[in-house]
Amino acid sequence: MTRLLLPLAGLVVLAALPGFVSEYGLGLMIGAVTYVTLASAWALFSGYTRYISLATVAFYGTGAYVVAVLNEVLPYPLVLLVAALIGGAMALVVGLSTLRLAGVYFVIFTFGLSELVRQLITWYEVNVTGTLGRYIFLDISARGIYWQMLALAAVTIGLTAWIHRRPLGLALRVVGDDETVAAHSGINLARTKLIAFVLSSVILTLAGAIVSPRWVYVEPSIVFNPTVSFLTVIMALLGGANRLVGPALGAVPLFLTFEWLSANFPDTYSIFMGLLFIGVVFALPEGVLAGVDRLRARKLRAAA
Amino acid sequence: MLTTLILGLVLGGTYALLALGLTLQYGIARIMNLAYGELTLIAAFVVVAAFQAAGIPPLAALIAVVPAGYALGWVLYTVMMRPLVARSESRGRLEIDSILATFGLLFLIQGVLLVSFGANFTSISYLDRGVNVFGVSVALNRLIAFGICVVAAGALIWALARTRWGLVMRAVALTPGSAPLVGIDVNRVARQGFALGTALAAAGGVSVAMYQTFSATGGVVFTMKALVIVIMGGVGNVAGALIAGLALGLIETFVSTTIDPGLTMAATFLIFLIVLLWRPQGLFGRG
Repeated sequence: MTRLLLPLAGLVVLAALPGFVSEYGLGLMIGAVTYVTLASAWALFSGYTRYISLATVAFYGTGAYVVAVLNEVLPYPLVLLVAALIGGAMALVVGLSTLRLAGVYFVIFTFGLSELVRQLITWYEVNVTGTLGRYIFLDISARGIYWQMLALAAVTIGLTAWIHRRPLGLALRVVGDDETVAAHSGINLARTKLIAFVLSSVILTLAGAIVSPRWVYVEPSIVFNPTVSFLTVIMALLGGANRLVGPALGAVPLFLTFEWLSANFPDTYSIFMGLLFIGVVFALPEGVLAGVDRLRARKLRAAA
Repeated sequence: MLTTLILGLVLGGTYALLALGLTLQYGIARIMNLAYGELTLIAAFVVVAAFQAAGIPPLAALIAVVPAGYALGWVLYTVMMRPLVARSESRGRLEIDSILATFGLLFLIQGVLLVSFGANFTSISYLDRGVNVFGVSVALNRLIAFGICVVAAGALIWALARTRWGLVMRAVALTPGSAPLVGIDVNRVARQGFALGTALAAAGGVSVAMYQTFSATGGVVFTMKALVIVIMGGVGNVAGALIAGLALGLIETFVSTTIDPGLTMAATFLIFLIVLLWRPQGLFGRG
């Protein structure tokens, strides 16, 4: 029972927080929760299967762009629905064409995907609609965005926990450990990977759609910023991509660090980011949580 | 039409050269290097800086830049990649680790380039006069860039196919597990393969600097194109990479002249998709 009550109590506290912080604090909280959502959704697919997706921003940016295009035509809930559907369809195309093959094809494809989507939208806007850049005028307060994003983060982590106990979760873990074994034990590899990838991509798209009113002005080069994909991967890895709360644990401190870095060292920011990333890959390949577990195990053995 | 063909071949030469380096790094050293385009850009920026500051012509810079690329690759492999190779038990593990590590390297190099050279688009005008080729006027700098690519790629293909050194390289590419049984030091060969790949990236960078406009954030596009070519030609297949590179250059020039220059990336991706769905082992099979 406490396993369920504790997270719920935490969620209530987090939801009540906006009443006590400044406008700037709220902005920071929205950013942090957004990255918790992104990193958790990324890990939902990549953490178990070890298929590294570098296309987070392709979905995130698509979500934001759908809102920019449709916010004056459709009511808000419908816009979100359309965004989710488009993100899901994109993921289906990418997944169907690459997930049947060796993992490296998937990585390469996702590596260029955001650049492709950005170029296509730019081309379409310039040649067909004749405008580059759109405005989002939605009557949604910063608090509203925070609550929506918090709900999405909670759903993402809840969904991960739920899948973990289902046959799908078991299948995903076997796929991540050894695909040959997985195939021999009767797991439908392509379908398993595809379901997880589509689920994760829909969440990423929704995150982009929800946060988009914060931008007001939207342009392909703004919303398809490759740094977002990069940050998401490093956050999930730092916390531990195959743990339930690992991505969230990595996201909050890293988001605050990067926020501070980009405010104080805007020029050398990406150098720090690269160094930190390489550091994580070398020193903590399984994440901080696994490191803590190892330390604890060593202590127990020493005590015995 | 003939103009498109010749310009496409010239562009394709640069792409083929870039892809050769990448296929060496992936095929022999087993490192999937996502920072490859950034290595190319380092060379391109150095050439431009040397030309603008000291008036050193790119052709002369080539003599210094390529060995420097080899040295950089050697250091990168020893310091960064070797520990990853040593700790990975399986090929899949190494693939993931190398992708992640070089993804970090990508942003590191990009940051250094941005700080040292700024975010603006750069180009130089060097030997920018027309030369008549089969009735088409082509800038001399493009022809020289193409010449560099043909010479470098030709030498590499000859060396891999005909020399003892090439035989050792191919042995490691084919079965790294059995190569030690016949007395091959796999670690040394992998390091050479990676360094040579970086040297080719540098040569590609010199050729890019001679006739293209580029910026510090554009490395991803080079990496992406080189990756698509490697997969089209078949992983580790040097001749396949050469043909696929020329083909991609042709297709891209064709798309940008007849449809829209903004859609070249889309064309690249479309080809990639078709190859993946139709022949994932590459058009010419594995090398």
